[in-house]
Amino acid sequence: MDATEIGLWGVPLAILGGAIRVSTPFIFVSLGEAITERSGRINLGLEGTLVFGAMTAYAVAVMTNSPWLGLLAASAAGLCFGLFHGWICKFPKVNDIAIGIALMLFGSGLAFFFGKPFIKPKAPNLPAIPFGAWSDIPQVQAALDVNVLFLIGAALSLVLWWAFRNTRAGLIVRVVGDSSDAARAMGLNPNTVRLVATGVGGALAGIGGAYLSLYYPGSWTERISSGQGLMAVALVIFARWNPLGCFAAALLFGGAGALGPALQSVGVTQGYYLFYAAPYILTLIIMVATSSPTRSLAGAPGELSITK
Amino acid sequence: MTDRFMLNRRQLLKISAAGAALGLASASFPISRAFAAAATVGFIYVGPRDDYGYNQAHAEGAAALKGIEGITVVEEENVPETVDVQKTMESMINLDGASLIFPTSFGYFDPHMLAMCAKFPDVQFRHCGGMWDKAKHPMNAGSYFGYIGMGQYLNGVVAGHTSKSKKLGFVAAKPIPQVLLNINSFLLGARSVDPTITCQVIFTGEWSLAVKEAEATNALVDQGADVITCHVDSPKVVVETAAGRGAFVCGYHANQSPLAPEKYLTGAEWNWAKVYKMFVDDLTAGMPLPNFTRGGLADGFVKMSPLGPAVGEAARKQFDATLAEMMKGGFSVIKGPLKSNKGAVVATAGQAFAETAIELESMDYLVEGVVGSTA
Repeated sequence: MDATEIGLWGVPLAILGGAIRVSTPFIFVSLGEAITERSGRINLGLEGTLVFGAMTAYAVAVMTNSPWLGLLAASAAGLCFGLFHGWICKFPKVNDIAIGIALMLFGSGLAFFFGKPFIKPKAPNLPAIPFGAWSDIPQVQAALDVNVLFLIGAALSLVLWWAFRNTRAGLIVRVVGDSSDAARAMGLNPNTVRLVATGVGGALAGIGGAYLSLYYPGSWTERISSGQGLMAVALVIFARWNPLGCFAAALLFGGAGALGPALQSVGVTQGYYLFYAAPYILTLIIMVATSSPTRSLAGAPGELSITK
Repeated sequence: MTDRFMLNRRQLLKISAAGAALGLASASFPISRAFAAAATVGFIYVGPRDDYGYNQAHAEGAAALKGIEGITVVEEENVPETVDVQKTMESMINLDGASLIFPTSFGYFDPHMLAMCAKFPDVQFRHCGGMWDKAKHPMNAGSYFGYIGMGQYLNGVVAGHTSKSKKLGFVAAKPIPQVLLNINSFLLGARSVDPTITCQVIFTGEWSLAVKEAEATNALVDQGADVITCHVDSPKVVVETAAGRGAFVCGYHANQSPLAPEKYLTGAEWNWAKVYKMFVDDLTAGMPLPNFTRGGLADGFVKMSPLGPAVGEAARKQFDATLAEMMKGGFSVIKGPLKSNKGAVVATAGQAFAETAIELESMDYLVEGVVGSTA
């Protein structure tokens, strides 16, 4: 066995590498959705925002030759989508879930429309930090090439977790999410707070999209997303609206998603469809294990239309 | 305002005179010719038209028809393999007047295209793949396909010469006969260089899953594969990821060399322009369209990408020699004695399946040396 073969060690290494590579869009979209849902709204449109963000980032990076400008443009585009959702939903009798689905289709369609000329050109990628440089095994080096966005996402989840508990802004978002009446009595305007929260959520989802097109897999095609945006929205409920939980859940999904290809690569080839279902089976198991017939979902914001 | 639409005597005369002239004009030409010369041909793609892959290859073929006089091409992309494709076909027939439709994706055939064949018996449908069967399916349907496994064999020849680790990687979508034949051909091509070479295959389960294809490519490189090829709808992600990890790549469907100019060895490409022109020529000549169309390298249905800069002299020589052999026709990739990777005999000594052998279109095994499973 020479140095290029790592055999069964490839599996845990692939899960680790996969968790780091695949999870970043999940982290950003689910953190964005956590902020929005904590304020009492659900924005299902983040899948569309993600795809539009991926397209915008790629297009701007191609035109300006700077991935950072692409990232900025993606978050600005996401902000616009979020603000649009927040603005429409302030009108009475508007259903936030229906608007979200509309925006999901609108975002993807618009991205396909504007994205046509950018499928062929090649954009510069976001840089990665080689944390694996200490090792002389190329597989370890590859697995530990960590993109800066992953680190930002990790830091952001810590900051948000702290901010929801300890800052005035965090408390405002939470009170608006738990009870509009209480918020109004405090002199807060729930619509304004939700507008801002949905806007910030959209901006984060746009960044998640930029990661897809500018780092991993690192190109713009119309099939870039395969539903990460929708899955991330579900992750928020799975994570009980806790930013740290969102981060952990995203890592879990990323790692579990890498399991199928990794097992096939070491020769465990039977039943790969079952391995591909691993993330979802895991979700079901955890949901069943933590559910209870006697209490409602812990941590759910009271104003959310699905818990009301 | 209604009198705007009423005709006075002078206008009526003018219109009927024009009508008579038109009737005379068409009577002076063979009528079937005048009909067929204004045909509309519909193309339906499962993904985007410019995906560096399967759909792009078809769209390039469709684009070659656009210059032909009297032929109108209508296209729709991103059509899922659901009842949506039936709606697309209906609208192409009813609204655009299409008389020949090419639903290009595998999953369009059953039940969607078959339903439309029954509903519109005057419209011709030709499906890309190997599913049409004279005994079971209507005569206004048909299939066309190319023996691209030959191209994967040539890919394998170059890969076999280039690989240092003697391990190749294959990112595959679904274990259907066409995909299995490509995997087997790729390995057998490489084994014609060195019989100890193995090929690791990873099935992603879907035709287009960007992130999973990238993961699969990374996993193959992690396990030491140093030449990667694939059979997915859009090889863009696989090619870029593999080249990014320092592995060589062989292309598929279309020419992906612009994506990795240094690492791209060669590739098996479709040449659908040739096939579509054949159909349209028959259509405009008023001849019945063939129901079963197949062809390989020699027929111009399939072509190879130009060899890349990393291809060595020995590889170049064997590539040219094998290609020349194939151009004569009758080349057999699957020939005995050959076993499947489960140990079953798939070809006895002396038995050979030429590219035209219909048995190959129901392939359900991976040959010895391929690490992977069909289920």
